Amino acid sequence: MNAPVPGLAPTTYIGQDTPRANARRLLAGRGQYVDDLRLPRELHAAFVRSPHAHARITRLDLSPARKSRGVFWCGTGADVARAVSPWVATLTHFKGMKSAPQYAVAVDRATWQGEAVAVIVAQTRAQAEDAAQLVEVEYEPLPAVTDMETALDAATPVIHPDLGDNLAFTRGVDTGGVADVFAAAHLVVEDTFRFGRHTGVCLEPRAITADYNPSENQLTVYLANQAPHMMRDIFAKHLDIPEANVRVIARDVGGSFGIKVHVYPDEMAIVGVAKLLGRPIRYSADRLESMSTDIHAREHRVRAKMGVDRDGRITAIEIDDLTGIGPYSVYPRTSAVEGNQVVNLTGAAYDFRHYVANLRVVFQNKTPTCQYRAVGHPIAMAVAEGLVDHAAQKLGIDPAEFRRRNLIADDNYPYTSASGMKFEALSHHACLDKLLALMDYPALRAEQKALRARGIHRGIGLAALIEVTNPSAAFYGVGGARISSQDGCTLRLEPTGWVTAQTGVTEQGQGTEAMIAQVVASAVGIPVEHVRVITGDTDTGPYGGGTWASRGAGIGGEAALLAGRELKANILALAGVILNRDAAGLDLRRAQIVDAATGEPVLPLAEAARIGQYRPDTLPREFQPQLSVTRQFGQRDWPFVFTNGIQASYVEVDPDTGFVKLLKHWMVEDCGTIINPLLVDEQLRGGIAQGIGAALWEEVLYDADGNLKNGTLADYLVPMAAEMPDMVLGHVETPTRSSELGAKGAGEAGTAGAPGAVMNAINDALLPFNARVTEMPFTPERLLRALGKIA
Amino acid sequence: MKAPPFAYRRASSVADACALLDAHGGSARILAGGQSLIPSLNLRLSQPELLIDISQLAELRGIRVSATEMIIGALTRHADIERSAEVRARFPALADAARQIAHPAIRNRGTIGGSIALADPAAEWPAAALAFDMRFTAVSTQGERSIAATEFFKGLYETALLPGEVLRSIHVPLPAAAQRAAFGELTRRSGDYAIAGAFVTASVTGGWLGGTRAAFFGVATRPLLAARAMRALDGSAGDAAAVAAARAHLEADLDPIADLYNSRATKLHLAGVLLARLVARLAAPGG
Repeated sequence: MNAPVPGLAPTTYIGQDTPRANARRLLAGRGQYVDDLRLPRELHAAFVRSPHAHARITRLDLSPARKSRGVFWCGTGADVARAVSPWVATLTHFKGMKSAPQYAVAVDRATWQGEAVAVIVAQTRAQAEDAAQLVEVEYEPLPAVTDMETALDAATPVIHPDLGDNLAFTRGVDTGGVADVFAAAHLVVEDTFRFGRHTGVCLEPRAITADYNPSENQLTVYLANQAPHMMRDIFAKHLDIPEANVRVIARDVGGSFGIKVHVYPDEMAIVGVAKLLGRPIRYSADRLESMSTDIHAREHRVRAKMGVDRDGRITAIEIDDLTGIGPYSVYPRTSAVEGNQVVNLTGAAYDFRHYVANLRVVFQNKTPTCQYRAVGHPIAMAVAEGLVDHAAQKLGIDPAEFRRRNLIADDNYPYTSASGMKFEALSHHACLDKLLALMDYPALRAEQKALRARGIHRGIGLAALIEVTNPSAAFYGVGGARISSQDGCTLRLEPTGWVTAQTGVTEQGQGTEAMIAQVVASAVGIPVEHVRVITGDTDTGPYGGGTWASRGAGIGGEAALLAGRELKANILALAGVILNRDAAGLDLRRAQIVDAATGEPVLPLAEAARIGQYRPDTLPREFQPQLSVTRQFGQRDWPFVFTNGIQASYVEVDPDTGFVKLLKHWMVEDCGTIINPLLVDEQLRGGIAQGIGAALWEEVLYDADGNLKNGTLADYLVPMAAEMPDMVLGHVETPTRSSELGAKGAGEAGTAGAPGAVMNAINDALLPFNARVTEMPFTPERLLRALGKIA
Repeated sequence: MKAPPFAYRRASSVADACALLDAHGGSARILAGGQSLIPSLNLRLSQPELLIDISQLAELRGIRVSATEMIIGALTRHADIERSAEVRARFPALADAARQIAHPAIRNRGTIGGSIALADPAAEWPAAALAFDMRFTAVSTQGERSIAATEFFKGLYETALLPGEVLRSIHVPLPAAAQRAAFGELTRRSGDYAIAGAFVTASVTGGWLGGTRAAFFGVATRPLLAARAMRALDGSAGDAAAVAAARAHLEADLDPIADLYNSRATKLHLAGVLLARLVARLAAPGG
């Protein structure tokens, strides 16, 4: 035999740290955000916003503003309603859910402080703001409903009288006989947990430029958004334009966290005014507007109890969740999802059968709330994890050991939780073991004990978690929302042998494009640098849901994998015809057609692509090379593909000041197949930081009249780098069998678990003081009160 | 948000700035580092007709030391103070404080004179001025005058500066050999305005405190000397009993007011914790 020719081995980028192609561009300041766009004849908009939480508009005079320098047009709610029809945000699978018609700009009545009551269009934004100051509005203040605890009281005014009461949605779960189980429990622990209302705070605020072309009845909207196809459907419906004539373009988006996946009335107004005027209209929310009009989230009060048997096994959990969502359910995903998730997810990492949950979702005169990163998870996890630590402490069982006894066993899948959630395969115990090893748990406990003797009070907090990812149509589609649960990927082989990929999932800075490029390069068999990814254009890309609910890699990645495999098969078929060989004996590796058995290169991909594009005349007449492919994927095996993980927080509490110092944070999680470890770890770290924000700093404050008290970043405290602890990360990989790729989502697990972990760490530190905190954020004042240092 | 329209003049000298102030009455504002003024314009919280930019006046910037005092030009950046070897050697507490002002980008632009003239009750420099018994020189077309820090801070954003006056320099008496000083503040995140902050100075002789000055910021509508608490500390060794006695006076001395996140009770408690910690540092051997 001849000496073997050095062959090319199959290679994959799946699981490899691969730098993202767009990072250099963004760092160089060459991003194309909506605000970077300039269109001929464009005008700028500013809004007049209600200073009252609830008020009737008794007079609105635009004439002084119309005379102001540079002003082109001014309009009221009624003017904008000529172009934009109102909407009601309910979904049919939330039985009994109700909300009221919402207009793009308030008509007759404002229902939260910050709601737009008029829109000004001028040559510059400054001119529009100057004119907005001149608009004369007379308000008749109405009683504001702010406290969710009294929102349903008979004495409380009903915000929308037509609805009868302030109850937007209620849901109960009862597995039956739970009271008996509690009565028989060896121990019952109870707590009331409170969660501060907060918001997403994107670096890039919401931004839009809308351009309507009357000659073709064509609308183009440049939008900082996560779900362009959803928005296209909505613009078409509410502006009465054929959907095919609506194009939504979301180029670079500077962070989203769920903030940019909703219908915002001011954005609808911009689109409507663009249609009315036939000129491009642009608008960006400033920070104050962001704080008062971006969706808020997480204002919950949860009363919870847990029953435990003599052996420290959980027997029952009962929760009562009350949440306030502002005056309207947010379109089209609704504001019932967060509370619904709390019901679905509380305690669902644990093996127990008896569960009662009651949820009430109430209207109030505050900024509307909706889905924000890790929707409902941080609340559900903190409630369960708080109860778990409480029970472990009462029983004198180490918190890690208590979890070992109660987490669903790794060989007990598929498993259906007491709340009805179906789990394909989770790895709680493998993650727990890895976490305890990573943090050297026994040594840390010993250090804690030694320091406590010296008056240094440190605490260790654990928080197990699950995360909803890769949703099927169960999330929205079944309820009638026109939000795609599938996604597509279109691949085009260029004559150079490079591949252009278009995907329905979108990029907001998390590295979606890098992930898609890795999958495509691996599936086709080309260097990742030879893949160019295009996202966020409804005119050119495949139809899909976009990026939310940690679905980008699991859904969009799978579509890319399927498309890549098909393109590769098509390329090999072409190569087989060119080479007059059986395609089954060929493979494509590193941009070379190779002999599959030996890896010996037989034809450069670029040559095959050249022939396929320019010289099909040299091919047999009956063979047409197929050099573009599209594949779609929707996850259909499970309502959601759950992931799991566990976090640990190590903190030091200063009992004199009530200050909490974060010393270290650990997380082990299982998102199935990891495509890009760097990106997954960034998601975990960023998610943890956002979860820590909830635990220690973030809360939107209102006074009793519904006035927003902290509308700037000097007063609304987001987590910042200096306070972040080192984060040590580990992984367990349990691929989902619902896809070939096996990837689950990783975007929200950090946020889901961090608040509970920090809470438990603080309470662990406070043990010697017999003090306990359950109201987030854990401000110095709340700790001092728990410690009895202040009244 | 965009600022409302305003006119802009770059002053060619301090005299020019004073003349411009006189010519425009109360409708003009001095622009120094701009770190408070520009945000307030962009939020449309203030709408001056004219900004008089003094930021390029080199004569107002710099730190020098005479036989009796350190003189800091009003335009001296927080970062200049933070990095000054002279300040670090003679007033380490001021160098420490400079590093706690907001974030580096703000310290690179914001000025000590701007901070004092604005008199934000949560700012470090006004309280430092009280603790170190500083004096300020103000100039106008009428001439110049010296104002004691103790006479300067009148109320919320209210100072003894008269219309037409520009703050020119800050004068810090050089410390006697026995003088010690300590600075501390409690912030939830680095760079935030403090929930409570304080400078404590005293001469420490044989372990005994004398001439104690304790100036607080972030607790009331203006920086305050805690006069009763100071007296309770004088003549003591800064021991637990003396500190407890001093803390008991803080409510009357400071009359704290709540902020967004902290009640009066929390403010008072934290001011007391801070006082105890700073006195402990002063009284410590070698402190």
